[in-house]
Amino acid sequence: MNLHSFSLRRALGHLDPALMTGIFLLMGISLAVLYSGSQESIRVVLAQLLRFAIGLVVLVGVANIPPERLRAWAPFLYGLGLVLLAVTLVAGRTYLGAKRWLGVGPLSFQPSELVKLALPLMLAYYYSQAENVQSWKAALSGFALISVPFLLIAKEPDLGTAAQIGAAGIFTMWLAGVRRRWFIGLILLAVISGPILWHFLHGYQKERILTFLDPQRDPLGAGYHIIQSMIAIGSGGVFGKGWFNGTQVNLDFLPEAQTDFVFAGFAEEFGLVGVLFLMATYLLIVLRGLIIAYECRDRFGRLIAGTLSLTFFLYIFINMGMTTGILPVVGVPLPLVSYGGTAMLTFLIGLGILMSVHSHPRFHE
Amino acid sequence: MQIRRRERAFFTSRLLFIAALIGVMSLVLLARILYLQVQAHERYVLQSDRNTLAVLPLAPVRGKILDRQGRVLADNRLEYVLTLTPDSVADIGETIAALRTVLPISDEDYRAFLRNRRGTHAYQAVVLRRNLNATELARFALVKGSFPGVQIETHWQRVYPYGPSFAHVVGYVGRPDSRDLEQDPTLARSGLDQVGKSGLEAQYEDLLRGVSGVQEVEVNARGQSVGSFEERPARAGTDLHTTLDLDLQTAAAAAMAGHSGAVVAVDPRNGAVLAAYSAPSYDPNDFVKGLDGAQWQSLRDDPLHPLNNRFAAGNYPPGSTIKPFVALVALRDGAIQPEETLAGGGYFQIPGTQHRYYDWRPGGHGRQDLRAAIRDSNDVFFYQLALRLGPTRLAQGLEDLGFGNSTAIDLPGEARGLVPSPAWMRTRRGQSHWHTGQTVMMGIGQGYLLATPLQLVRATAAIAADGQLPDLHLRADRPIRTRTVEASPRHMQLVEEAMRAVVQHGTAHILASDPHDIAGKTGTAQVRRAERDAVGRVRKGSDSRHLRDHALFIAYAPASHPQIAVAVIVEHGGHGGSAAAPVAQAVIDRYLDRDSTAQP
Repeated sequence: MNLHSFSLRRALGHLDPALMTGIFLLMGISLAVLYSGSQESIRVVLAQLLRFAIGLVVLVGVANIPPERLRAWAPFLYGLGLVLLAVTLVAGRTYLGAKRWLGVGPLSFQPSELVKLALPLMLAYYYSQAENVQSWKAALSGFALISVPFLLIAKEPDLGTAAQIGAAGIFTMWLAGVRRRWFIGLILLAVISGPILWHFLHGYQKERILTFLDPQRDPLGAGYHIIQSMIAIGSGGVFGKGWFNGTQVNLDFLPEAQTDFVFAGFAEEFGLVGVLFLMATYLLIVLRGLIIAYECRDRFGRLIAGTLSLTFFLYIFINMGMTTGILPVVGVPLPLVSYGGTAMLTFLIGLGILMSVHSHPRFHE
Repeated sequence: MQIRRRERAFFTSRLLFIAALIGVMSLVLLARILYLQVQAHERYVLQSDRNTLAVLPLAPVRGKILDRQGRVLADNRLEYVLTLTPDSVADIGETIAALRTVLPISDEDYRAFLRNRRGTHAYQAVVLRRNLNATELARFALVKGSFPGVQIETHWQRVYPYGPSFAHVVGYVGRPDSRDLEQDPTLARSGLDQVGKSGLEAQYEDLLRGVSGVQEVEVNARGQSVGSFEERPARAGTDLHTTLDLDLQTAAAAAMAGHSGAVVAVDPRNGAVLAAYSAPSYDPNDFVKGLDGAQWQSLRDDPLHPLNNRFAAGNYPPGSTIKPFVALVALRDGAIQPEETLAGGGYFQIPGTQHRYYDWRPGGHGRQDLRAAIRDSNDVFFYQLALRLGPTRLAQGLEDLGFGNSTAIDLPGEARGLVPSPAWMRTRRGQSHWHTGQTVMMGIGQGYLLATPLQLVRATAAIAADGQLPDLHLRADRPIRTRTVEASPRHMQLVEEAMRAVVQHGTAHILASDPHDIAGKTGTAQVRRAERDAVGRVRKGSDSRHLRDHALFIAYAPASHPQIAVAVIVEHGGHGGSAAAPVAQAVIDRYLDRDSTAQP
């Protein structure tokens, strides 16, 4: 692609109208909630807006990369991800007892964010060229590709992210057609080993699970987040308390009201009506992603499209699940709504890949 | 191509499974959100409101207690206290340890802090040290910045300027305890840290307390107030104007120095209590500050029981002070004629029995009429008089004079004394037999008969006021209520003259030189037989002081137009004339001398 042949119109032509509608709606919601939750701070809104702008530019760029090139990069991205994870374990920045960040000068970044995309790409790459996906070799190779980054991230320790990455890998294997018995075996293994693994968990990890099971056991400590979050959501009711009127958020009862718990603040101010609108917007994106996967004629394309759509939904489910108290608290942002840059960029790149899969004719019938 | 199509169909089926999974998970989320926002909505609204709205009480200023001239007997003083807000302090133990390097904080202060902390919200300030002086304030001001969550606040503290002089009558305030909170649950949210515990402070708690105000503030998660919604200011308590006289009370306390017992003075014309003192006393200010364990123990274990209110709750055998009243009852009932004389030897025997009831004077007083019998406190005369009346009529007559009954005084914990009768014997003691000897002993104020100093002074006031038995009161604007005692003026006059004779040349002749024309009656109550103290507790040991008789004296003056009636008891004081009469005289002189100089 040389400068002369570059045309903005052609570049934007790779964008998917349905996905873009969903993205813009979520960005609008995000800005509205952050404006209210930050005591009407223009600074916070502008910072988020800047991130959205950067993210959208990256998204347009990614949507213009042909899927075959992504496929070709997959092993290198995966390898880079593993190296960075290893470096993090050795030389990473320790924050709150966990080495998750890799610092370069003033910048810091979580290699696990890269792996969130690199692993599905790698698996999609592997299964797109595998001769017989039904073989035990194909299955074991998949598990091996998953377990290396899984263990490296779990060692940080960041069990939540490790589990999410593992789940994304499993989704790819499922869509690739690995035999069902492997998945059944995996579920059985998880059920059996659960009590044994319990003893290997760190104290705070056990605490999180116990708190999830009974938030009232420490209402001012570990259970505080969950209780305050449920109060925020529940007190919103059907129509919500109204924009700027959320007391849980504005009076700081709800911790992390702009990041991981942004859903609670949204539900408090906009009520069930707002929540239904938000969920509909998310489902629009997820279903559009599944349709892209369905329509795609290429193995790699549909595997990556299906995995990214399902992973996107998984994040939504985990975030809403933990803020409503049906899942333990793990640090998962609400896609495209939570304040913050790194995770948002990952989501937008993922959506860019979806658009790329859909908009490149050779991959589309 | 075939393979590709099969492969695609297989992929589609797996994709459909994923879509179904997404559908199910979405429904789970939706169900959960519906539960929170619809089903449990109201509960969460309540919790949300409770989070953000703090109702902070504003404590009212307590009403003062004033004497009859408006002199302050119970006042309020602004006090500086150090408070700690648990929510704003990272480590309470460390903070207190650091504070101790700046200010003295005793273990007792710390225990009080822990006690007070119970039942308060973490965002509410709790008192850590009271009564900071200027030096301490200055020292804390220097380091204030390094103690977030620790603050200086001002409180109103009750002060009793005359300390022990008014302890039993004015009473004291203290920290509300569980019983106070049970009686008045609103107390917990009133912001008050002192309520009336005894005396007038307890009696007029509702009047004195005032009404707490509230300040509704919106607080954030750290308990910091971010806005005030509504404020209703506290309404100060009402001042209590009493009938007490500071000078008289002080005189009574001075006259009782070194004694245990009680002094009560009333205005016989209306029942207004001028002075009411119980000895030994204690300093009510100690109770306001909060007694420490040792102080409390020494007060409680003091053999003289300074906490007992002897003038209101002390049941004493009235001894010979009962004689004027027995005389009045006997005259009214025709048991004796005014000029009738009775024989009097050294002792009396109930006809047909052997037991001898001795006179206090060996050999007796000889044949005397009623007037002389009162003057000389002729026991043998009154043995006979009681027997003539019989126990039921005698009891009825004494009850008419207020014995065995409340004096209606506006104080908590008044005792009722005891007027025994055959009916009482049956119902209360379950004994059908009434010994005639008990009637005889009642004639000289012994036996089961018990009276409080308040009852004695009230009955004395009835004689002074020619048969008007007043309800006693301490609050100045209380309506005056009197009851007319059924007695002819002639009989009344006889008793009055006899009581004057007691002072002029009878058992209280040591007051004969007093310029104020005092009428009175001495009494000496045996305690040896009963071996019980003022509140009926059996005494242990046989300290000779404890075996001495109680000295009593009732009086009023000036006899021609009475302005004051007094009852005095000096426990184990010996003879009423020598031990109790001078106390009464001091009070009467103080009152009437002041009156004469004030109104020349």
